[in-house]
Amino acid sequence: MTETTLGLFTIFVLSVFVGFEVISKVSSVLHTPLMSGANAIHGVILIGSIIILGTGHGAAQITLGFIAVVLATINAVGGFVVTDRMLEMFKGRGRK
Amino acid sequence: MNRAQAIELVYLFCAVCFIVALKGLSSPRSARTGNLIGAVGMIVAVGATFATPGLHRIALIVVALVIGTAVGVPAARAVKMTAIPQMVAAFNGVGGGAAALVSLAEFDRGHASFGTAAAVLFSTLIGAVSFTGSAITFLKLQELMTGRPVVLPRQRELNVGLAVTATAFIVWGLSDRSVTAAVLLALVAGVMGVLFVLPVGGADVPVVISLLNSFTGLAVAATGAVLRTTLLIVAGTLVGASGTLLTRMMSQAMGRPLSNTLFGALTATASTAAAVEDGGDRSVRTGTVDDVAVLLAYAQRVVVVPGYGLAVAQAQHTIRELADLLESRGVEVIYGIHPVAGRMPGHMNVLLAEANVPYEQLREMDDVNPQLPLTDVVLVVGANDVVNPAARDSPGSPIYGMPILNVDEARAVVFLKRSMRPGFAGIDNALLYDPKTTMLFGDAKDTLTALVAAVKTA
Repeated sequence: MTETTLGLFTIFVLSVFVGFEVISKVSSVLHTPLMSGANAIHGVILIGSIIILGTGHGAAQITLGFIAVVLATINAVGGFVVTDRMLEMFKGRGRK
Repeated sequence: MNRAQAIELVYLFCAVCFIVALKGLSSPRSARTGNLIGAVGMIVAVGATFATPGLHRIALIVVALVIGTAVGVPAARAVKMTAIPQMVAAFNGVGGGAAALVSLAEFDRGHASFGTAAAVLFSTLIGAVSFTGSAITFLKLQELMTGRPVVLPRQRELNVGLAVTATAFIVWGLSDRSVTAAVLLALVAGVMGVLFVLPVGGADVPVVISLLNSFTGLAVAATGAVLRTTLLIVAGTLVGASGTLLTRMMSQAMGRPLSNTLFGALTATASTAAAVEDGGDRSVRTGTVDDVAVLLAYAQRVVVVPGYGLAVAQAQHTIRELADLLESRGVEVIYGIHPVAGRMPGHMNVLLAEANVPYEQLREMDDVNPQLPLTDVVLVVGANDVVNPAARDSPGSPIYGMPILNVDEARAVVFLKRSMRPGFAGIDNALLYDPKTTMLFGDAKDTLTALVAAVKTA
């Protein structure tokens, strides 16, 4: 195992705990927006898609990269917009 | 500090944004800001990526970004609040697909170490399952196909066969670093995704969306390992971990273990029919709008139990009008929200918030249940399974064990329903035949409008 791999693995394990910790207490009122927001965040695959499209070689890689960028953009942009629409409805009223 | 390091630093900032975003989304006060912080993180991350050394085809990338935005934004803006779950499923599916494609393309470049090959195959497998699985959930929720569990003949044998085939492709891909093996794995995984979701009944589909959401997160994290991009690892793992937790919370709200939700149909016995045994006195009492209006107008306390039928009829504004009218007459009105009312946990709160129903009137199930024996009238609008006493009393019922609103303890129950058709879970409801139950058939919005008029004159 190289040093980089070990570093990445460390980041992975720590992220698992952060992920658990950060949403441990959520009212069921917010389950749907939270799921939708998390859904938008994994749209970060867009970064990987851009790198593939921008540095790939040959028709196969470029085609895959192009499709990936389109799909990932839909995921990220659509995800944040739809979450915001949901949350907009909670604004301006009494809260616990 | 060189450029690559600077980009890494910016990515670290974005990772923090995503963590803060998730944290913000878990409290009503900060949810909207949280989402915006996440969006900022995403935009900054994309901007930084454009500075990647050796990045070509900028124009093509921009074109792809524009196409994606042109598809995603109008879809997200136009979607009705009732159709949110399938929209989330669709966005989740394309994300999983993108993760699988990125891994495949990176694998195609060659020089993969054993660990990288393993990550590629993992992300391909999970990404493809998430893609086709989400597609099926979309079809089910959009009612383009049946919401009932579908089990293919000999599906168990088929599942085992697919798992063996997938394992073979994984071994082949690992030993030969074969791109062909990875592509074949993606195809097999696609079929697995379909077969995974087909046996899940309509009411349980939201749990599956949440699970597939965390799958996509893990696929993204694995792709991050392939590309050695820490931001992908952090963000993907965050979603994977929090999604798993959220899936468990949802399952708990349904009152059943996750395995039952996912594989219940595969292991089900023929006990489903047992609930419909008391064939004797099965008459239903149909009331008139005026009867119900009087019942409501002279009640002390009314509990409204809204369900998906209310949302479908777009009747959330009319129910608020009725509630306001009753309150002006001194009737106490509260809404009893079952955790899985609508099609997703919290879905009903979103819908009622859209109609400006005061937040204080929305009560969770555990708050409402103790008050039900002291309630004069329960108005069940387009809900069925969440008030079905079979979940409490009939061990043979498929929904047995799901926590319900005990509306049968109230003095009177009024059901607003389109027909006698059973609910989303497809189970008969004995409460409909109870002597203290009154049925008002028809479109929820029309019936409520008539009720508003009748209460005014009552």
